[in-house]
Amino acid sequence: MTGIFFLIIYVAIFVGSAFVVTKLLQKGIRDYTSLKTVTFGDESAVTPNRAAGVISILTIFLMWGVFTGSSLLPSFLHAPGPFKGTTNFTYTAQVEGQAPDDAEVTILVHPRSEPAEAPEVAPGDGFAKNDSIAIAQWRTGLVRVDKNDELTKKDGAKVIAINGQKIAPGETVKTADGAVTLSDKGTPNFEPAKGWQMEPLYLPAPEQVWSRSIQILQEGFRNFTLLEHLGFSLFRVVVGFILGAIVGIPLGYAMGLSNWFRGWFDPIVEFMRPVPPLALIPLVIIWAGIGEAGKIILLFLAALWIMAIAARSGVSGVKISKVHAAYSLGASKWQIMRHVIVPNSLPEIFTGARVAMGVCWGTVVAAELVAAEQGAGMMIMTASKFQNTDIVIMGIILIGVIGFGIDMLMRAAEKYLVPWKGKG
Amino acid sequence: MTGLSIDKLSMRFDLPDGGHVQALQDVSIDLKAGELLSVLGPSGCGKTTLLNIVAGFLAPTSGVMTLNGHTITGPDAERGMVFQQGALFEWMSVRENVGFGPSMKSMPKNDKAEIVDHLLDVVGLQDFKEKAVYELSGGMQQRVALARCLANDPDVILMDEPLGALDALTREKMQSLVLKLWKETGKTIILITHSVEEALLLGERLIVMAPRPGRIHKEYRLPFAELGVNADLREVKKHEDFGPKREEILNMIWDMEEEIMGTKEDAA
Repeated sequence: MTGIFFLIIYVAIFVGSAFVVTKLLQKGIRDYTSLKTVTFGDESAVTPNRAAGVISILTIFLMWGVFTGSSLLPSFLHAPGPFKGTTNFTYTAQVEGQAPDDAEVTILVHPRSEPAEAPEVAPGDGFAKNDSIAIAQWRTGLVRVDKNDELTKKDGAKVIAINGQKIAPGETVKTADGAVTLSDKGTPNFEPAKGWQMEPLYLPAPEQVWSRSIQILQEGFRNFTLLEHLGFSLFRVVVGFILGAIVGIPLGYAMGLSNWFRGWFDPIVEFMRPVPPLALIPLVIIWAGIGEAGKIILLFLAALWIMAIAARSGVSGVKISKVHAAYSLGASKWQIMRHVIVPNSLPEIFTGARVAMGVCWGTVVAAELVAAEQGAGMMIMTASKFQNTDIVIMGIILIGVIGFGIDMLMRAAEKYLVPWKGKG
Repeated sequence: MTGLSIDKLSMRFDLPDGGHVQALQDVSIDLKAGELLSVLGPSGCGKTTLLNIVAGFLAPTSGVMTLNGHTITGPDAERGMVFQQGALFEWMSVRENVGFGPSMKSMPKNDKAEIVDHLLDVVGLQDFKEKAVYELSGGMQQRVALARCLANDPDVILMDEPLGALDALTREKMQSLVLKLWKETGKTIILITHSVEEALLLGERLIVMAPRPGRIHKEYRLPFAELGVNADLREVKKHEDFGPKREEILNMIWDMEEEIMGTKEDAA
């Protein structure tokens, strides 16, 4: 139900903002593209709308805030929250040979973070006495209504109605602020209304994630500071990648230049390439344990094949006319390697390096999820075990930001170091 | 003995299905130092194979080639090559491309800079010295390729349709440039082309090749290259012999093409 509500709001914002921005705000824009009559199917006419990008990001945070009751948003924007306060329902108990008797159950629903005692209530008259219970939000509570009654289950007492509505075991009756379900054994189970907000256990509010991030940044997590956790992950990636490149690139060159190397390593590379590095984790743990060595071996293997294949295709991609030209300009084999093959293969190698860095980053997080003393993956896995969802979300965001940052850095390096990419 | 001598050159490719292609059969050419030879022929007549053999990229199945008395066995700086397109090094600037040959010989920096500067003046690219080659137009790129080849001071320049990818106007300008460079440097040049007009304009000598097997069909000695050195090429085209020669060669090549098409139809 909440999901559908969520989707409707999201689509409404998508459509509404598209209408407002393109039809009302950006209506007057007259650039070259706006004069094209054929834009559907013209790929060059499609450019990302900056406003859409900004609104998209804001919408994510807005929806996050709306459905978590974030204090960053004015409360009228919040989705209906879970019930909080005191409510009650009446049950009707019956014992054979006696008139049914009504009694009231008073329920105090309190936030999980503020424990509360069941309120005192007057017992009332009849054999069924009034009860009270305290239930945390998003939880349910079995109300053992007969435990203070003069006639209990042992005497054959049964709950037959809630708020006057007949009920049998397994059935549910809605009350003002929740619902009562009769258990198989005939005990009423009260479930306070949950509203449409996410429980913090599943999705904490943005400000909670933020304050937790500040706390972790200041106090660290599990004996290591936040920067150490992220630094360890990055260190493993960089070392593993560099080792993979140091071995993989020459291997790729050799495979691109020599029949024997190509024949010898082709089956190995082609077999190892489709093996997901994650599948190697168990073997690497057996061989090298869960310490740094194991992680670095794993990342080395993740980067190795990608770099070897990139270098190989870089060499294969050299236009023969360039090599011929260099030979007829008097270049030796070594000079051709140095001045033609290497620079010509650099764009391919950079593409491979970007892929390899992405794969390594994913692999290191996964390896840390499995077993590690420190690292971004270990942080979120441990937090998950303790149901610290805020730390998990913080970790995921940081992992995403770092992965994105790595790719941007690689792209910038590529633009700076191989400006001739795609220009040959 | 100076000059390029090609004696009974044959090239046979064996195919995996057991058959073979006779790309060249008994091709003999004697070229004196400083002669400009253009080679013309329908597709598949072995022009490019011939050029690759002379450049030393392919070894012929039989026949001997000598340049200035010594046998050609592989690629060498004495035989420079200008390709159709895309043979420039896009990771180098115009200056570095032109200076590639001298750099490979570890020529002192000052000497190299002098050669590069001079050649960039000759081809009119002094202002584009530090530009990346991919920033230049197609015509400019081919001028860089010519300068790069000349920087090595080769004895023979082999041109494999160097102007084929250029538009008509640029092409005409480049043809004049080729003639000018030929006269100024006195290089022996072999030019392969698809264009009958270009072959007539630039070739002091002209060879028309025929396909299956690739062989020399007819040889001409032409006056137009000499005329073109000092005159506008458009004037040369108005020469009384130019039109008839062009028609003659065009007809010859048309006949060959039709013959190829005809045999193809028979085979089908």
